[in-house]
Parts: sequence; structure tokens; C-alpha cells
Amino acid sequence: MATIKLEDLVKTYGDVEVLHNLNGNIQDGEFVVVVGPSGCGKSTLLRMIAGLEKITSGKISIGDKTVNDLEPADRDIAMVFQNYALYPHMSVRQNMGYGLKIRKIEKQEIERRVLEAAEILGISEYLDRKPRQLSGGQRQRVAMGRAIVRDPQVFLFDEPLSNLDAKLRVQMRLEIRKLQKRLNVTSIYVTHDQVEAMTLGDRLMVLNDGVVEQFGTPIELYDHPETIFVAGFIGSPSMNFIPADCSEKSISLCNGKKINKSLKHKGKVSIGIRPEHLEEDKKGNIRIVIQMVEQLGSNSLLHGTLEDTDIEIVASLSGHVTAEAGSIVSFSAKETNIHVFNPDTEKRLG
Amino acid sequence: MVQNRPILDIISHLVLIIGILIVALPIWITFVAATHDPLRMTQAPIPLLPGSYFWENFVTTLFGRGLSGAETAPVWRMLFNSLSMAMMIAIGKIAISLLSAFAIVYFKFPFRMGFFWLIFITLMLPVEVRILPTFEVVANLGMLNSYWGLSVPLIASATATFMFRQVFLTIPDEMLESSRIDGAKPMRFFWDILIPLSRTNIAALFVILFIYGWNQYLWPLLITTDSDMTTIVMSIKQMLESAEQQPEWNIIMMTALLAMIPPVFVVIAMQKLFVQGLTETDK
Ligand SMILES: Nc1ncnc2c1ncn2[C@@H]1O[C@H](COP(=O)(O)OP(=O)(O)OP(=O)(O)O)[C@@H](O)[C@H]1O
Ligand SMILES: [Mg+2]
Repeated sequence: MATIKLEDLVKTYGDVEVLHNLNGNIQDGEFVVVVGPSGCGKSTLLRMIAGLEKITSGKISIGDKTVNDLEPADRDIAMVFQNYALYPHMSVRQNMGYGLKIRKIEKQEIERRVLEAAEILGISEYLDRKPRQLSGGQRQRVAMGRAIVRDPQVFLFDEPLSNLDAKLRVQMRLEIRKLQKRLNVTSIYVTHDQVEAMTLGDRLMVLNDGVVEQFGTPIELYDHPETIFVAGFIGSPSMNFIPADCSEKSISLCNGKKINKSLKHKGKVSIGIRPEHLEEDKKGNIRIVIQMVEQLGSNSLLHGTLEDTDIEIVASLSGHVTAEAGSIVSFSAKETNIHVFNPDTEKRLG
Repeated sequence: MVQNRPILDIISHLVLIIGILIVALPIWITFVAATHDPLRMTQAPIPLLPGSYFWENFVTTLFGRGLSGAETAPVWRMLFNSLSMAMMIAIGKIAISLLSAFAIVYFKFPFRMGFFWLIFITLMLPVEVRILPTFEVVANLGMLNSYWGLSVPLIASATATFMFRQVFLTIPDEMLESSRIDGAKPMRFFWDILIPLSRTNIAALFVILFIYGWNQYLWPLLITTDSDMTTIVMSIKQMLESAEQQPEWNIIMMTALLAMIPPVFVVIAMQKLFVQGLTETDK
């Protein structure tokens, strides 16, 4: 068990800098999810913590130790890879025990730990099979078992569920969560799936182009996105953005309609409202020309454009809602649910 | 393609049978010739059915002095020489090329690609091309008439290195990375992961290299003068030439027959792995 400290981390490949001055503190026993679009540097960050990539500059500490120059094996970490990376010629038992065997731990002790981990993961019956005789979900468990038996200070996961089908993914997600709580091992989990990130993480580190956009709890990220990127990335369907003008007293949308929001700012802004925060309101000032309605059962998605503009808006209303294409539906939103961003810096204004 | 067309079946069987006959007939004649007495072998229509001298020929060939009048070692000795040479070549080549492929694929050292191309270029220099300088070197090292002299110059070649390099490149990087996290040092990774994963390729290469070594003719001919060091392949040729009178076909054919056994045995023993090694793609 340990804290992890990232200080001014930089990674370059040749001339290309892929991580820029990254900072972050991870608490003991915390489950941190690193999330971001493809190519933003998530795996690179994880692999630097694991010791598989050289650190260009900056410092990584695990516990009280700076690990910059330590071999992966000496960092007391365990990693679960996206394609599991099980040794194909070894049985499940040998796969799980290999790291312990190299550490010259006694045979009985290895056996005991392997059995215990297999028990936790429900793979006791497969111990003598080879990886290729297992299903994807079972291989996934073996890969986790290999991490557990080592009893490391830190678990690192690189998109471990992305090769599984949707249903199994949900199930394994829950299991990973429970397991982590039970073992209480500091964990870093990389994914590009924001639903996975929201459900798993104690805190989320949103990465974009090698920069940390925001690092906070799922609720903070949802309620108080610090940047336009985070606002658009977290939540599904994603947030609606409308250009607007801000004066001391009120905000007027680009089609001239005013909305209620007090903010000490003057000038152009971009306002963001989540689809689920748009409320049907006959007197509302957010008027939308409906194009299409999607029925999802528990809720309905109304797709349309803001009146007199071609800005696309999605509203999510609970229950079965019907609306004619071409008709106009009016909405309003609570003041706390209206996010205002500076369109140039993309930072939150309020 | 599973089709039920009797005519096609018959034709394909016919083609296969003809093929087998063409390949098998010389071997059958060799066998038949090895079972007759020398006299019968000199008479006009060569026999097509086995005679009754198999055992006798077998014993004279294997333990006797080979051909009457010629100063050759007994055939068991030649078999042993050939076997030693072929084994040393096959094992030596595999060991060296596994290690060099390991170095080239997994280590970053200065002029890595330079070394790779250097090795690659030697592909263009088979023994026959570099035979004189090689002979000079081997002679200076005092390795004439020795197993080392027979095998070492043939061990150095690039084919196997090149092949293992390709095999290693197909092994996903995560295999190395997860073994690093497990704490495996490079040689441990080599033994515990790389070798088992290339097992089938090693077997396939062993078969090919064993036969390559077994069939060497020119090089052993050049560096062995001692009859105790002759290999079986070169001695068959010598038997044909050295006989002053009629060649003793029964003995020669028995020798040929014996010379075939080890390669056949190796192929049969390694068959399953060999086929897997040539065909399997996923790691
Ligand atoms: N070995 C390398 N050499 C050069 N550039 C690299 C190398 N590895 C990664 N990169 C670059 O670094 C950036 C980040 O890569 P990384 O693999 O960390 O992305 P990621 O966030 O994990 O994406 P994904 O979700 O697709 O896995 C990418 O732009 C990639 O092109
Ligand atoms: Mg990645």
C-alpha cells in the first residue's frame, strides 16, 4: 500500500512531446482512473509508472521512494495488460506463480497464494489449463490473479476490459471494483470509456493531448467541469454547447434569447447544458426545433436545433415523450446546471 | 474442400500412387540389392525381389571392413562420425543463432543493424564459396581430422539467425514487459519464455539442419584424411570408385540403406513439431 506522486512528468519520443509537465498525487488505497481520448498519452503515463518507459524528466515516487531509476520488478507494482500477456506455454497455475518463483519464494507458499487468488477470482477449476483453453473473461481473471498473488503496492491496469463483450465488461467492472476495495491496493486504471471511468474511479484524471485537464471525483467532474473538454467528455450523451454573450446582469444566447444566470463577466462565452438538465418548460427560453426523437425506453432523446440557428441540441427527458418533427419545444435549465466557459481559453467561468 | 466425386477421387489416388512409386522404387531396389549375395548382383536382370542375405550383408557392412580390399573404417564408425557431425552442426547452429537473434531483437547496442546486415551478408557465402580460406583457417587451428573441424565451419551461417529473428519479432512486446514486471532478467526471459515459445521452430530447424549436416560431402572430403574420420556420405562415393574389381553392390547398397536411417528417424520423431513449426502463425 502506498501513495503515488507524479511531479512535472515529461515524456518525449524524439522531438515529439507526448506528456507535458504532468502532476498528480494519488492517495493510499485510492482507485484512480486515467481517462481520455485515444492517443492522449494514457498508456504512456501508465508505462512510465510501471518502469517500462524511460522518464524524460520529472519524478515518480511510490511510497516514499523515488522510482525513476528502478527496474519494473523493483517497484513493487503489478500490471494487467489489455491483451492479458499471459505466457501461452504455461498453465494458469504457472502463469500466476511465475513472478513468485523468480523471487525465489518457497513452493508451498507460492501454491498457497495461487490457490487463494484463484479462489477469490473463481478460477480454481482452470488452474491446470493453458491460456488458450480459456475464454476471454477467464483469461482476464488469470491476468488479475497474476497481479494479486504478487501482493504489490500498486495495481496498474491498461484497458483490461476492452477485449470483452459489453455484458461481461459490466460484470468484470463491478468485480474489479469490489476486489480493489477488498484488497485496498492503490490502483491506476487506464481507459478511454468514460462510463467505465465514472463507475470505477474514486477519482478521475482526465487527460487530453498529454495535459491533465482535471483531476477529481466523478461527481466533481460531472458537476463542475473545469474545461470545455472535460464538460464534453464526461457524461453521455455529451453536453450541449451554445455560444452566448455575457453582460453583468444576464446571458443572451446567440439567437437573442436570454437565460437566467448571474456571472461577473463581460463578453463572449460558451454555455454548456447537459441533455438531462434541459427541462420541458412552456415559458422556457431555450427553444428547440425538433428533428427526431429516439426512444430508449426509460428515457427519450430529442434531437433538434436551437431556434433560428443550426446549433445541434440534444435533450434527454424521462419516460416516453413524443414530439412532431418540425415542432418547437421550449426548455429551461436550473442556474446551477448551466456551465459557462471562456471560448478562447476553454476554461470554466462559472 | 469436401466433395463427393468418385472419378476425381480415383484420379487423385492414381496420381498419388504413381508419385509414390516413382519415389519409392529406387529405395526398394536399394533394399533388394542389399539382400543378395555379390554374385547375384552382377548378373544381368537386376533382381526385384529380396534375397536371403540381408542379415549377412548387414553384419559385414556394419562391423566388417566394408569393401574387401579397401582400407575403410567399419560402417558403424562412419555412422557415428556422421551422426556426431550432423548433431554438432544442428545443435551448434541452433544455439548460436538463438543467441544472436536474441541479441539483435531485444538489445539496443551500437551498430545493431550493422551487425544484423553483416550476418545477413554471410547468407551469400556458403561453404563452397569460402572453402579455401576456411580450409586454411581450420588447418592452422589444427582441426583437420577432428569433429570440431568437421562441424565448426558449417555452424557459422546466417539462415537460422535470420529465421529466429523473424520468430522473435512475432512474439508480442507485452510478453517481455510482463516478464520484466515479474522480475525476469534477460537470460531468464530467454530460457523461460523465448525458448518454449520457439519450440516448434527449433524442432523444424533441427530437422532441416540435421539433414543438411548429414548430407555434407565436399567439406568432410576435404578435411579428413584419416579413414577413422570419414563420414558415411563420402564413403559411399568412395566405395564406388575405390573398388578395383566389380563394385560390391550388396555392400554399397546396404551402406546406403544404413545412411538413410538416421535422417528418416529424425524426421519421423520430429514430424509433429516440424509441421507445427512450419505452419503455425499465432503465438
Ligand atoms: N514508441 C513510441 N514512439 C513514438 N511515439 C509514440 C510511441 N508510443 C506512443 N507514442 C505516441 O504517444 C502518444 C500517446 O500514446 P499512448 O499509447 O500513450 O496513447 P493512449 O492514450 O494509450 O491511446 P489509446 O487509448 O489508443 O491506447 C501517441 O500520440 C503515440 O503516437
Ligand atoms: Mg493505450
